[in-house]
Amino acid sequence: MGRSVALEVLVLAGGISHERDISLRSGRRVADGLLAHGVRVTLRDPDATLLGYIRDHRPDAIWPALHGASGEDGALRGLLDFLGAPYVGSRSEAARLAWDKPTAKTLAARAGLSTPTSITLPRDAFRELGAVGILEQISDEFAGPLVVKPAQGGSSQGVTIVEDRERLPRAMVDAYTYGDVALIEQRISGTEIAVSVLDAGDGPIALPAVEIEPNGGVYSYEARYTAGETRFTTPARLEPAVYDRALEAAVTAHTTLGLRHLSRVDFIVDAVGTPWFLEANVMPGLTETSVYPMALEAAGYDAGLAYLALAEAAAKG
Amino acid sequence: MPPALPRAGGYHLQMTESRGTNLDPWYGSYAERAAGLAASEVRALFAVASRPEVVSLAGGMPYVSALPQELVRGALDRVVADHGPEALQYGSGQGLPQLREQILEVMALEGIRASVDDVVVTTGSQHALELVTKLFIDPGDVVLAESPTYVTALVVFRSFQADVQHVPTDDEGLNPEGLRQRIAELKAAGKRIKFLYTVPSFGNPSGVTLPWQRRVEILEICRAEGILVLEDNPYGLLWFDQPAPQAMRSVEEDGVVYLGTFSKTLAPGFRVGWALAPHAIREKLILENEAAILSPSSFAQYTISEYLAGADWRSQIDAFRGVYRERRDAMLEALDDYLPDLSWTEPNGGFYVWLTLPEHLDSKAMLPRAVKELVAYTPGTAFYVDGGGRSNIRLSFCYPTPEFIREGIRRLSVVINGELDLLGAFGQTKPLPIATSTEPVFVPPTSLA
Repeated sequence: MGRSVALEVLVLAGGISHERDISLRSGRRVADGLLAHGVRVTLRDPDATLLGYIRDHRPDAIWPALHGASGEDGALRGLLDFLGAPYVGSRSEAARLAWDKPTAKTLAARAGLSTPTSITLPRDAFRELGAVGILEQISDEFAGPLVVKPAQGGSSQGVTIVEDRERLPRAMVDAYTYGDVALIEQRISGTEIAVSVLDAGDGPIALPAVEIEPNGGVYSYEARYTAGETRFTTPARLEPAVYDRALEAAVTAHTTLGLRHLSRVDFIVDAVGTPWFLEANVMPGLTETSVYPMALEAAGYDAGLAYLALAEAAAKG
Repeated sequence: MPPALPRAGGYHLQMTESRGTNLDPWYGSYAERAAGLAASEVRALFAVASRPEVVSLAGGMPYVSALPQELVRGALDRVVADHGPEALQYGSGQGLPQLREQILEVMALEGIRASVDDVVVTTGSQHALELVTKLFIDPGDVVLAESPTYVTALVVFRSFQADVQHVPTDDEGLNPEGLRQRIAELKAAGKRIKFLYTVPSFGNPSGVTLPWQRRVEILEICRAEGILVLEDNPYGLLWFDQPAPQAMRSVEEDGVVYLGTFSKTLAPGFRVGWALAPHAIREKLILENEAAILSPSSFAQYTISEYLAGADWRSQIDAFRGVYRERRDAMLEALDDYLPDLSWTEPNGGFYVWLTLPEHLDSKAMLPRAVKELVAYTPGTAFYVDGGGRSNIRLSFCYPTPEFIREGIRRLSVVINGELDLLGAFGQTKPLPIATSTEPVFVPPTSLA
């Protein structure tokens, strides 16, 4: 344990994204996990003094437990690269690709994964082409329920499942309130699963898939962060061949997007066993109700030890 | 070296038997009244309000920096020197006698004459609100409240499973005719009305003040109908241009429970408030207070008592008035400059302006855009139990400096115009329906109360 005692890790949590609250909770959990293994931890909210602090203190590794922009969109990671500061998680370019859901879906599809039919619409398209025409076209093209979500961001913020087409305009407005581009996706019915991927230097492994069953049927913000509101089953109850396919798909997504160290890939597995790629999370939630720590535990890993292993992998470069 | 992580042979691990969890083994054990206490996307958005880049027009925090520290230090020194052991000991469940005497002096400024025996000191007036609700409300009992009304009162009422019914209000607060009608409707429906909750002076969130004649009329209505009035008056002394009418309790002793606090006229960190109640109610409140907390903080009570005895507290309240008046003016001027087409209340005291948005804008749905523009406000929906308030927002001018207030309103104008532009893009469609999903109880972060 000698080296771990000396390891100095700067955990970043907070920021000014919509997911600040979640990030603060993730950061606290990461810091607690590292402290339990003798790491010297500093927990900071990224602000105007951050880059100077890093230049002056040169921590062995930075653990950016940041969700949403600018923690996940690659911006901060790019600056850390400029500073030559080692950090946990994906490099800037990969983060930027995965952060943008339409781009991630395109890359995943090119790698052979199934992903729901979708259309990406910047809000300006509605101004230019008229809402009525666009919404009619969408109704014609997509059968059944839709999912409308901001093209970027997490924690189900701004996401609406649209069963009744009358609700589509409201859903669009709610998505655009979070960002200027919205993704309208065919809703696949099936088993909702999240596959966590871990790579502490020996190549990516998929952790046990977690099956997600929200009490209310929708994995909303409330269902994500209120203990008791969602049932999680690990490993997901899938046929062995289907299960393996889902895990393989997660690792494919992780590597295709060029992700590093950790990610969480979300799928819906349909009735015939096809895992439909929804998104890959560059910095998955690490709160007390988050899937990633659950998957670590199910795999027999101590979460703090895993966070330390990732910090050490980052420190090694 | 830390012990190595277990390694998997390939890309996945051996499957084991599935185990399910909902992460809360007590999920089925909670009381019915806890239903709805859940994580809230809206509440989470307020986390950014604490960042210095964000202008928060959301919070209800008094500007305690305007309180000269030497006044507090002097009081603290005297507490330690003169009352050390007593200040560190349990005290009376009713509160420190000398502080209750001083509370009479404070209430006298708003026309209240009372006996020191009828004052019960509580942990902020929020606690008194809870005690009164606990004392009167069985599940399903009706509480009448202004529309809109104080958000954290709604949280208390709902936690005791009250049936909160809003009473119509206008530019002068509670509408007496609307109150009569609502009472008649509810009684006709067989409902049991327990009390009317009101913030009559510089209301939260409306900023509106109930004129004297209406106070009298509403008291008459409630007396005739056998309805207790719960008068919550945190802001009454913080008037700007002219004092608020005297307290409702100044005319009616038996039918009013009055709630007061030092949170706005001194500092909320002490957590000292009080209830002034008719004898029979007061007796029960004391017993409830003891059951809940044994006694209010002796240390805080001694400190406030020493402050009131040693400082010119009336002048200090006047100084607070000056600070908040300047901020109110800054907010109204900025609204005139940046959002001239909208309408808002013009408070003569207190902390809040109530803004009405253009038709179809949804204050709650718009909040993420505001966060992106680095300005925070409280959506009007927080102040209703029935889904009302979507076209309103509460703006607080108590905490940010006048310069920040102006910048905050400028940013808010960007948010509103952006949202209007977005809705305009959907202008050829039907009006946008409002989401109807069941929502958790909005428990505001403390800083928003």
